[in-house]
Amino acid sequence: MKTFFGWLRRGRTSVIGVPYLWLVVFFLFPFLVVFKISVSEMGTVSVNDVLSIKDGVLQLTLRGTSYAFLTQDDLYFKTYLSSIKYAAITTLLCLAIGYPFSYFMARAKATIQPALLMLVMLPFWTSFLLRVYAWKGLLDENGWVWRALTALHLDQSLAYFELISAPGKLMNTPFSLVIGMVYTYLPFMILPLYSNLAKMDLRLLEAASDLGATPWKAFWLITVPLSKAGIIAGSMLVFIPCVGEFVIPELLGGPQTLMIGRVLWDEFFSNNDWPMASTVAVVMILLIIVPLAVFNRYQAEAQEKAA
Amino acid sequence: MAASTDAPATTAAYLQIHDVVKDFSGYKAVNHVSLDIAKGEIFALLGSSGCGKTTLLRMLAGFETPSAGRIVLNGQDLAGMPPYERPINMMFQSYALFPHLTVWDNIAFGLKRDGMPRDKLAERVEAMLKLVQLGKFAKRKPHQLSGGQQQRVALARSLAKRPQLMLLDEPLGALDKKLREETQIELVNIIEEVGVTCVMVTHDQEEAMTMASRIAVMSEGRILQVGAPSDIYETPATRFVADFIGNVNMMEGTLQSDYPDHVIVECADCSHYVGHGITGTEGMAVSIAVRPEKIALQREMPANEQAPHNRVQGTIKDLAYFGSFTVYHLLLASGAMLKVSQSNASRHRDDQLTWGDTAWASWSPTSQVVLTQ
Amino acid sequence: MKRSTPFGAGFARGFGRGWLGAGYVFLYLPIVALVVYSFNDSPVPNLWKGFTLKWYVKLASDGEMLGGLWLSLKIAFFTACSSLVLGTLAAFALVKYRRFSGRTLFSGMVNAPLVMPEVIIGLSLLLMLVSVQRALGFPERGAMTIWFGHLLLGMAYATVVVQARLQGLNPQLEEAAMDLGAKPFQVFALVTLPMIAQALMSAWLLTFTLSLDDVVLSAFLNGPGSTTMPLVIFSRARLGLNPSVNAVATVIITLVAIGTVVASIWIARAERERAKAIAQAQRDDG
Repeated sequence: MKTFFGWLRRGRTSVIGVPYLWLVVFFLFPFLVVFKISVSEMGTVSVNDVLSIKDGVLQLTLRGTSYAFLTQDDLYFKTYLSSIKYAAITTLLCLAIGYPFSYFMARAKATIQPALLMLVMLPFWTSFLLRVYAWKGLLDENGWVWRALTALHLDQSLAYFELISAPGKLMNTPFSLVIGMVYTYLPFMILPLYSNLAKMDLRLLEAASDLGATPWKAFWLITVPLSKAGIIAGSMLVFIPCVGEFVIPELLGGPQTLMIGRVLWDEFFSNNDWPMASTVAVVMILLIIVPLAVFNRYQAEAQEKAA
Repeated sequence: MAASTDAPATTAAYLQIHDVVKDFSGYKAVNHVSLDIAKGEIFALLGSSGCGKTTLLRMLAGFETPSAGRIVLNGQDLAGMPPYERPINMMFQSYALFPHLTVWDNIAFGLKRDGMPRDKLAERVEAMLKLVQLGKFAKRKPHQLSGGQQQRVALARSLAKRPQLMLLDEPLGALDKKLREETQIELVNIIEEVGVTCVMVTHDQEEAMTMASRIAVMSEGRILQVGAPSDIYETPATRFVADFIGNVNMMEGTLQSDYPDHVIVECADCSHYVGHGITGTEGMAVSIAVRPEKIALQREMPANEQAPHNRVQGTIKDLAYFGSFTVYHLLLASGAMLKVSQSNASRHRDDQLTWGDTAWASWSPTSQVVLTQ
Repeated sequence: MKRSTPFGAGFARGFGRGWLGAGYVFLYLPIVALVVYSFNDSPVPNLWKGFTLKWYVKLASDGEMLGGLWLSLKIAFFTACSSLVLGTLAAFALVKYRRFSGRTLFSGMVNAPLVMPEVIIGLSLLLMLVSVQRALGFPERGAMTIWFGHLLLGMAYATVVVQARLQGLNPQLEEAAMDLGAKPFQVFALVTLPMIAQALMSAWLLTFTLSLDDVVLSAFLNGPGSTTMPLVIFSRARLGLNPSVNAVATVIITLVAIGTVVASIWIARAERERAKAIAQAQRDDG
């Protein structure tokens, strides 16, 4: 048994060890680097070292100016808030559109469900960049959606609610941003919800009906609570990445739509201010740590249940 | 069904389980179990779920290591041997047929691991297919087979390597009742034809009694009694065993007189003249176990030899008709219920006992057992 | 099949179909628009001037785009293969080994890239690589560093897919293999691997697509001369509407559509035959 368990132990060490090591080096360690750079000073080309030797003495130079700047300039604060706001709106809209969608998919005839699922997956497999670009075309003047909305004078109501800057200008507005984000992240909401609802035991609803519940009541008292796991999974899969989204705000957003992902990008690529970018990143991480923990707990629980 | 054998007393047993313990962080799933199993016998571990029988089986297979104790098969200590080195094969409860392999490849799997030359391998696989009568299905995949056919493949696969010991994990659990009866007989015939030593695990007493030559009743990690099915049924060693196997009437009483060849026990409703002696002191509390089919039921007071012992009067409170036999529930004076089972030997009885009738129950001295544990 | 819906059956069916229909229109409208306007004979995509294939002709000689495509395919291939290896290892670690020290951290690190905003991953990975480069002299930013980033993301997705399949496996199958004489590695190669093969394939395809499509990580981690196709598209899209993008989009959409439809039909047919075989076996019970 010794050789057997010896082999097992060695096998076990590498099976766990290899991915673990890789993750520590390429995922965990970088966060420490980010934090370190957020308290560093920016040199001409790159960041100055935190530890340096001057005149034979080891010196630790930490600069909290980036963090100070973050708190002083209330633009950053507003941007963080705005990012959370748009992420939340997107999540709610995805839920509002996606839940009935997944529900009716799961309740459709069993034979066509695979086809329905495939039709949802197809856009998912198509490049997301191209699909976001497509909305640029649709919302641009003379684009189909533009023509539809202006014909119905819906753009005036949108302007009234300050979702667009002026009637007729649908691009680069909060409206276009939210449409782009909802469009991109809708499959991320539909898939976990569908998988959850499809597995639900319909006999529970029959039992509820037998005990006197109307279908409407049964839906709210049984179906919705049972799909809680799917709702949480879908919401986290939408909310967390949306907070730090860059591509969609860049292509479809505008001066009105403050998103922290763009701020990070600009600090790094335009201002070449690495410490600032890192500071922005650190605060962003802190913001999403709670939803991240919720997501991780959900994943762990889902795995426990499956085991 | 199978020829009854007692474990050979003189030569060392084929499979020896010496004082084996399995401890799962303080919880003893198997608690000092010792068994000797003879070559060629079909041995059953019987008990309800959680009694440790499956853990013991897995220790034989090599999937669990004993925390203490030894397992010796054919003179070879199995300690330290991984499952793939043991001359033991197992038939799993879910059959565990490899879904991506054909029936032929499933049976050949173990032989290929041994590096058996191709012609010998083909011969052996064909022989196995013939044994379980699945020759026509060799090229099929498991999902193309019915439950009964899958089981036969699993059996063939575990016999292919001619193991020294075959383990069966709830062999008939997945089959429905009708199929179960047919398969029981077939299974035992095949095992006896091959002559392999077999240890099976089951919670179904019918399965154990019909298939095994000896049974070990287990509870909470311990062995309560080992013996041939008839011994276990007719002379249970403890109250638990008596109650677990079949139906039984348990009556509590005190030992009144203790003689070498018989004892008299005083119970609430009646007194018992038991036709065997026991080791005990007068006045001690004992239980009497009488099986329902050993009790005779009639209207008139019975004239038995040991009167006034071994008889009691009561009212028929309930009866359940099973077709070939009827079970009567007789309410006794103390409020206790006596279960009597009578076969319906003739189609029509003029004075058929029914609800509310008073009747006398009687039994012979040797059809009851005194239990002290 | 009995269906329970919150409203009356007829209304629910109509409402359901309507909602599904509207949803699918929403999902496909941009895709259809992209394809349609790729044939538009006009530099301004939204004013239809006539049918033409000139954008596709231009695409054939578009060095920047084609170069980006080739680079992206190479990186995607390596990403898919390496993600599969690391992801399978991680999936095994999580499924087979119930308890090991640091399991929560491991599980957290494996799952986090699924949701973490790419700007954070990109920035942190880049900063780390720069620090390493300053200390050790390598790696230079380029295709390899892009690969690291994609691998991080790909591994997370691969782990989820493989893990889901592993958990559905009957553990008695591997025990049966060992019981019949297969040593642990043989068990993996002869029994486990064939049974998770389909999941491995989907994980490969998923990570391939992800890598091919990635913008943010590639932007942070690229170096001189390593511009991937999404970066080319992105820089053009930023400037405005561009028919060359429509053309390349249509090509990609067509390939993806064909692949997905073919795969779905194939899988559906295999499922149907399997169900038929099982039903047939039940009927002639032995």
